[in-house]
Amino acid sequence: MLKSLFHTQLTLGFAQAGIASVLALAVVLLARRRNIHLESDAAIALLRGIVQIVAVGSILALLLKSPRWISVFLLTGMIIAAGSISAKRAKNIPGARKVSTYSIAAGAGLVTAVMTWAGVIDTAITSLIPVGSMIIANAMNTNGLALNRFRSEVLAHAGEIETALALGAAPEHTVASYAESSIHASLIPAIDNLRSLGIVWIPGLMTGMLLSGADPLYAAIYQFVVIAMILASSGLTSLLSTMMIRNHAFSAAEQLVLKSSG
Amino acid sequence: MSVAQETVAGTVVLRTEHLGRRVGDISVVTDISLDVYHGEMLGIVGPSGSGKSSLLRLLNRLDEPTSGTVFLDGQDYRQFSPRELRRRVGMVTQRPFLFPGNVAGNIRFGPLQRGEVVADEDIARLLERVGLPGFAGREVANLSGGEQQRVSLARALANHPEILLLDEPTSALDEQAKTGVEQLICSLVKDTSLTCVMVTHDRDQARRMCDRVALLEAGRLIQYGKPAEVLGA
Repeated sequence: MLKSLFHTQLTLGFAQAGIASVLALAVVLLARRRNIHLESDAAIALLRGIVQIVAVGSILALLLKSPRWISVFLLTGMIIAAGSISAKRAKNIPGARKVSTYSIAAGAGLVTAVMTWAGVIDTAITSLIPVGSMIIANAMNTNGLALNRFRSEVLAHAGEIETALALGAAPEHTVASYAESSIHASLIPAIDNLRSLGIVWIPGLMTGMLLSGADPLYAAIYQFVVIAMILASSGLTSLLSTMMIRNHAFSAAEQLVLKSSG
Repeated sequence: MSVAQETVAGTVVLRTEHLGRRVGDISVVTDISLDVYHGEMLGIVGPSGSGKSSLLRLLNRLDEPTSGTVFLDGQDYRQFSPRELRRRVGMVTQRPFLFPGNVAGNIRFGPLQRGEVVADEDIARLLERVGLPGFAGREVANLSGGEQQRVSLARALANHPEILLLDEPTSALDEQAKTGVEQLICSLVKDTSLTCVMVTHDRDQARRMCDRVALLEAGRLIQYGKPAEVLGA
């Protein structure tokens, strides 16, 4: 129906966005009848979402004409932003921002670089930026989950940790089991995604490839490749950030400085 | 302020000089200077929030002093590595915080950090010493509060500390277990000439157990000397 009314792709896109937003707002109004007030949050989120995504689309449209190496700058900017965002999950841990940024840079950066070098990710901006950003975003989420879990574990077991310190244990040894459980917990979403791929969900990238006319089998296999890359980068990020952050939980004199009050 | 500088015959093994700690704008320990003599039981008493436990945590450097320092055998304790210091100055806390597993595993923990393995016979001897013969293989989850505190004591003793810090070691126990652990600590001090610094809010316990007591109020040392002089008869 819409295609007959809107003849350019851009106007058609905005019309489709409008209908999707109306549907979302209808659900919000339905919730209001049950005294669940989401109106302002939902309205702001929808407005913000469309502005942000149109801005990204516009930038990508401009970048299509730019040299390929510009991708490196864009991905670096994304890594810095991702480090800053996921560090908020580790409040009270000194150095969390630096640790997050380095870990995401190493985890997402290494996997993206290796896969680009191997030819799995195309160096074209239209390929490298979306796939790279997916890898970075997932590394960011995993990093946030790992740091948040580590912080909670340390706060919940401060007594045991200080007892071990008082018996002469090395700081890294006192939190080793909490670091392990943090890594494990942070990777559950990435492993579950891989496990349920195609059964519970068909991810966005595959949907996009199908919509743009790619061979369904190749789209499916490439989606697996991306999810596997996400698991690799998330695992490396989580491993590195947990290893680095555990040292920041202690002072140079081997005192536990990560405490609920401080 | 009247600070009674009681002299007890013996060597000073631990000395605090103008020791203090501030957390933000709050001074939790202020300008505390006192001596601990070899083989004595020094009690730290005072009302809740007076800085007793905060002072104790400074003695094995679990917290960092913001002023002053501590001398162990005449040497500034910052010259020792934290791990070496904490081996020499052991600690038993109000809650035992035993590690999951069995009793023997807990006792082996401290020495294992230095690569030393405690022999089964030594574990048996330590357990006998703390009144728990044959407990080596018992799971810590199945122990009573009093038994757990005894294991905690044995675990600290396995490190062969020169000084033992005790932070309200009986306050979480019932009356019967409290009496038992109290007697055990007194006999350990007497039989092995172990130097102890014990935090307690219980003035009667301080009178019963301590050679000298230091009275704290709002983080400051108000008085220290013989229990009868500081706390009354």
